[in-house]
Amino acid sequence: MGWINFSAIWKIVVFGVLAGAGLPALFAIGLRSLALPGRRVQTAGPDSDHVYGGNVLGAVIAAICFLIILAALGWGIYEVYQIGHPPAKH
Amino acid sequence: MRNDVVLVLVVITALAFDFTNGFHDTGNAMATSIATGALPPRVAVALSGLLNLIGAFLSLAVAATIASGLVDTAQVTLQVVAAGLAGGIIWNLVTWLFGIPSSSSHALIGGVIGSTLAAAGGSAVLWKGLVSKVVIPAALSPIIAAGVAALGTYLLYRISRSLTRGARIHGFRVGQVGSACMVSLAHGTNDAQKTMGVITLALIANGTLAAGSNAPFWVILSCALAISLGTYLGGWRVIRTLGKGLVEIESPQGMAAESSSAAIILLSASFGYSLSTTHVATGSIIGTGLGKKGADVRWGVAGRMATAWLFTLPSAGVAGALAYWLAHGIGGSLGVIVLLGILAGLSGAIYLQSRATKVDHNNVNDEWTGGVAPSEPEPAAAA
Repeated sequence: MGWINFSAIWKIVVFGVLAGAGLPALFAIGLRSLALPGRRVQTAGPDSDHVYGGNVLGAVIAAICFLIILAALGWGIYEVYQIGHPPAKH
Repeated sequence: MRNDVVLVLVVITALAFDFTNGFHDTGNAMATSIATGALPPRVAVALSGLLNLIGAFLSLAVAATIASGLVDTAQVTLQVVAAGLAGGIIWNLVTWLFGIPSSSSHALIGGVIGSTLAAAGGSAVLWKGLVSKVVIPAALSPIIAAGVAALGTYLLYRISRSLTRGARIHGFRVGQVGSACMVSLAHGTNDAQKTMGVITLALIANGTLAAGSNAPFWVILSCALAISLGTYLGGWRVIRTLGKGLVEIESPQGMAAESSSAAIILLSASFGYSLSTTHVATGSIIGTGLGKKGADVRWGVAGRMATAWLFTLPSAGVAGALAYWLAHGIGGSLGVIVLLGILAGLSGAIYLQSRATKVDHNNVNDEWTGGVAPSEPEPAAAA
């Protein structure tokens, strides 16, 4: 191994972008779907605090986004655990 | 040469370091959530403490780097480990006093390298390990983190621009708290392992463990508890600098910053890089300022931090070397005891000094006026 481990840096950048920027972006897509106007559109003004816009399809898409995020987090933590417990050297 | 009395003292000192590591770094995870009001300050530190505890059990890759990748374990004695810890603790406390989010990891590694150099000379330091696993990651990680956070911030504002202001603030607060929790978990795994590594190093030096051993369970548990308690008590001074001093942060930015930090820290930890969570968190917060149009980064504050980063390894190294010469000059168990006594005295003095300009959960979010402690209406300042 050289002084700089390029293969590790490469992986950190790619997975870092996917997890560090991609998952938040997916969360934002979820929020936006959740806020899609539905039945309650008349009551929601520009200063409304309502996160849910009343659109059922939007809510389903949002739920899928949020579930993907949770699954990705769970998988990531599991991977870190797996990699982080190597057998002791003798 | 076995000396169990000194070993016990060294383990206690290591846990004390772990404790300062916790409270120095609470801000890395929770500063932005506290600054945006997503979590009440006390709830934030309690949650972070709990997640640090869990995180400490997650991985051992970094502990292995510290225990056998940086110094030649055959030449390390308990005296060396004690002196290295003393150097790390002193640097951590001084930077905390000034509210500078410097790297606890570098303080620890610098201290250990310094005392090893003083004890056994340059040949006992594994320079290649130091450069490839500590110095290069230290230089690259804030830049990568800033890039990821800037991209994340841009995407979040772009995607969410059609949302009402209220919906955006409320929605992203949830995401921000979730991502801050991931950073706490990542911090637990990355930073608690450093102390595990040092205690393992001490156990190897004392002949209690064979070279190349993994950290025993009691070491993992005690390190997890120490960092968690430190985190819970909260380093309000550093939280303030990170949350209010660098950039004024909104909740989407907070989420982008924390997500970037968590991803980079967890990824690097699993490669065994002893990354500074502080450098990553700071890089992310600056990145989130770059990614949003109209956000101002206070480059003066950022510059002051970067300077402290450059000085951390050498300063802690010098402190570690001085501590070694002191302990070695007196000699034997007494030397270590005197050294740790002086360390305790200095720590107490720094704590008392910090009381003069107190920062706590009550004033942590006050308007940034250029200094760590919020300025109070004092007539002397006007003159």
